[in-house]
Amino acid sequence: MGKLSLIIKREYLAKVKNKSFIIMTFLSPVLMVGMVALVLYLAMLNGSDKRVITVLNESSFYTDDFGKMEDVSVVKLKNLTLEQAKDSTEQLGYYGLVYVPNASTLEEATKESYFYSKESPTDGFLNELEDIFQYRLKQKRLESLGVSEDQYAAISKNFSIHTATFQGKENLKGLNELNAIIGGGFGYLIMMFIIIYGSFVMRSVIEEKTSRVIEVIISSVKPFQLMMGKIIGTSLAGVTQFVIWVVSGSILFLVVFLIFDLDMEALENAGSGLPQAKAMNVASSGMEENIQQYAEMFLQIPWVSLFSFFLVYFILGYLIYSSIYAAIGAAVDNETDTQQFMLPVISPLMLAIYVGFISVFSNPHGPVAVGFSLFPLTSPIVMLMRLSSGVGEGGVPVWQLVVSIALLIVTFLSIVWLAAKIYRIGILMYGKKPSYKDLYKWLKY
Amino acid sequence: MSTILAAKGVSKKFGDHIALNNVSLEIPKNCIYGLLGPNGAGKTTLIRIINQITYPDTGAVFFDGEPLKPEHIATIGYLPEERGLYKSMKVGEQALYLAQLKGLSKAEATKRLKYWFDRLDIGDWWNKKVQELSKGMAQKIQFVVTVLHQPKLLIFDEPFSGFDPINANIIKDEILHLKDEGASIIFSTHRMESVEELCEYIALIHQSEKILDGKLSDIKKEYKNNIFNVGLQVSEQNDIVKKLGDTHQIWAPTYNKQDEQLDFKIQLPSNDTGALLGYLSEKGKVNHFVETIPSANDIFIQTVKSKTK
Repeated sequence: MGKLSLIIKREYLAKVKNKSFIIMTFLSPVLMVGMVALVLYLAMLNGSDKRVITVLNESSFYTDDFGKMEDVSVVKLKNLTLEQAKDSTEQLGYYGLVYVPNASTLEEATKESYFYSKESPTDGFLNELEDIFQYRLKQKRLESLGVSEDQYAAISKNFSIHTATFQGKENLKGLNELNAIIGGGFGYLIMMFIIIYGSFVMRSVIEEKTSRVIEVIISSVKPFQLMMGKIIGTSLAGVTQFVIWVVSGSILFLVVFLIFDLDMEALENAGSGLPQAKAMNVASSGMEENIQQYAEMFLQIPWVSLFSFFLVYFILGYLIYSSIYAAIGAAVDNETDTQQFMLPVISPLMLAIYVGFISVFSNPHGPVAVGFSLFPLTSPIVMLMRLSSGVGEGGVPVWQLVVSIALLIVTFLSIVWLAAKIYRIGILMYGKKPSYKDLYKWLKY
Repeated sequence: MSTILAAKGVSKKFGDHIALNNVSLEIPKNCIYGLLGPNGAGKTTLIRIINQITYPDTGAVFFDGEPLKPEHIATIGYLPEERGLYKSMKVGEQALYLAQLKGLSKAEATKRLKYWFDRLDIGDWWNKKVQELSKGMAQKIQFVVTVLHQPKLLIFDEPFSGFDPINANIIKDEILHLKDEGASIIFSTHRMESVEELCEYIALIHQSEKILDGKLSDIKKEYKNNIFNVGLQVSEQNDIVKKLGDTHQIWAPTYNKQDEQLDFKIQLPSNDTGALLGYLSEKGKVNHFVETIPSANDIFIQTVKSKTK
């Protein structure tokens, strides 16, 4: 135990004191926050860039409607022919021309309306434009049925159905999606951690081989101790880096938000923008209700169990993969020789992420999701994605959780055992690029 | 004499390759034991078995009378042939780390390191990074780390590689000094002159088998071929060489007219030199008559060649 902790300490310090590690640790949050800030800033710039359109309205309808469009300013053209209007719009470099012909009824005028532009217009813009026409048309039809404008606004309020489980617990819509996003975030985190710190472990093994310090060390400690010490020490360095990232990242984000004075509303506008809702004056109270609902969902997510399972799956998954990385590092002489072994290691991780995002999102407890959340090389990622919906009723059945963790532990023990064998032989082999056949032979030594 | 280390019928296979085949050795206490053999003979495998880096398939190793077990690692010091240090670590903290892995406390290791660094005149390297050191300097540190925990058994695999002659001498003196202080030393090398200089005992491993071992002086006696160097003062060369050549094997006869000296090498059928000396003194004055003793190098080459399958 004493030797193991010595090794862990050395590996930890060697990693933490490394210059590029220090730079990465402190620069990454700055870069990340900088990127986000830049994206937000650019989105704001883009958002504030108003499109200018011209309107040639020969009818008596739609006199002021187009001015209501978000981020669009309108130049009204008068006493021009259509051809002249098109020409001048193009000459002036405006976004496009809305043409409403002279007609006796709203329907006819609408039917013959056109939007002319140089390039094909964006979907968002077109939707907005179409909504204007549509709103008037609906209103007109309802008026003929004797419904006033106010009455129409009152009935167009959204309705949502109440949902509940059979036991009467209230279900919230969109919970699955939100859960999958949160679970996916955790899964993605695990994958990134495994790939980044696994290759740190591998590089550290290769360094010991190339500097020839390895034989000196293993004449004092067992190769298995060295391997585990290395894996644990490196992951502790990783956790340290991670904590620094989270803390400094949050502080930086706070600072950036204060500087840019970006509140959540601005964010939402820059991000998606729900212009119809605003332009049409549709129930803003509905929005608030939504937010409240999402907040409830957020609280309904089983955070404590999610975090505890995150730790379990993270530790087991990381140990499995980093032992494989250590074995690869031991088998080769330099990093370029690792290529042939990397693909089989990374593919299950990639598969897990893709399967997770595609299949767990649509059906968190379907057969594919269940299968991949039991298979030990993908379960750390896929199971976490499923777990955000909770354990037991309505969530992951307990037996699946037990089976998946049991399989993971069995795999962990056997992979570490195999990796240690390859490691033990590999660290003393120089000069030969090993094949899979060689690795298989080493297992039998 | 008691033995510090005994290997009994040790065999080791790597797949189809036999690295050691039924090797038995006894290494006496407090001596320098030369472990010789061509490249790939199996020396390193044997040394790794002694260090419990690998384990024998069959056979057993005994350390100081007991079967070899993990606790013995702390009483063995090993300087491997393929050796190095962590490049980005500082000399001092690295030496401390390696010493602590051998079971020394931090305080004790610091104290002893200071002593050795002063002794080898490298005290001011403590805070240097290993990558700033020359190869020879790094070797010195490795030597210190090997001996720091005062092991009973020291194993040096090519200890002088990478040293200039001056530093090689310093290290050689330190090895002899350690032996005087009671350590037993296994010395593996290809440099026969240092074997000649240092080793009392040798073992020769070739093609995975031990083909020769014992006290170097005994082996040399065994390998004597009754060949003598003769210097005879005679006024004329006459037919001495021719006459002796009829009954004996003779090499390189030369006659120096000015000094009136005849030199040659002659092989006798036995160790009995009486008849020849009698004959020679009749012919002239015997200036020298010396038995040639084979060098370790000769023995190495001769044995390996004759035993190569």
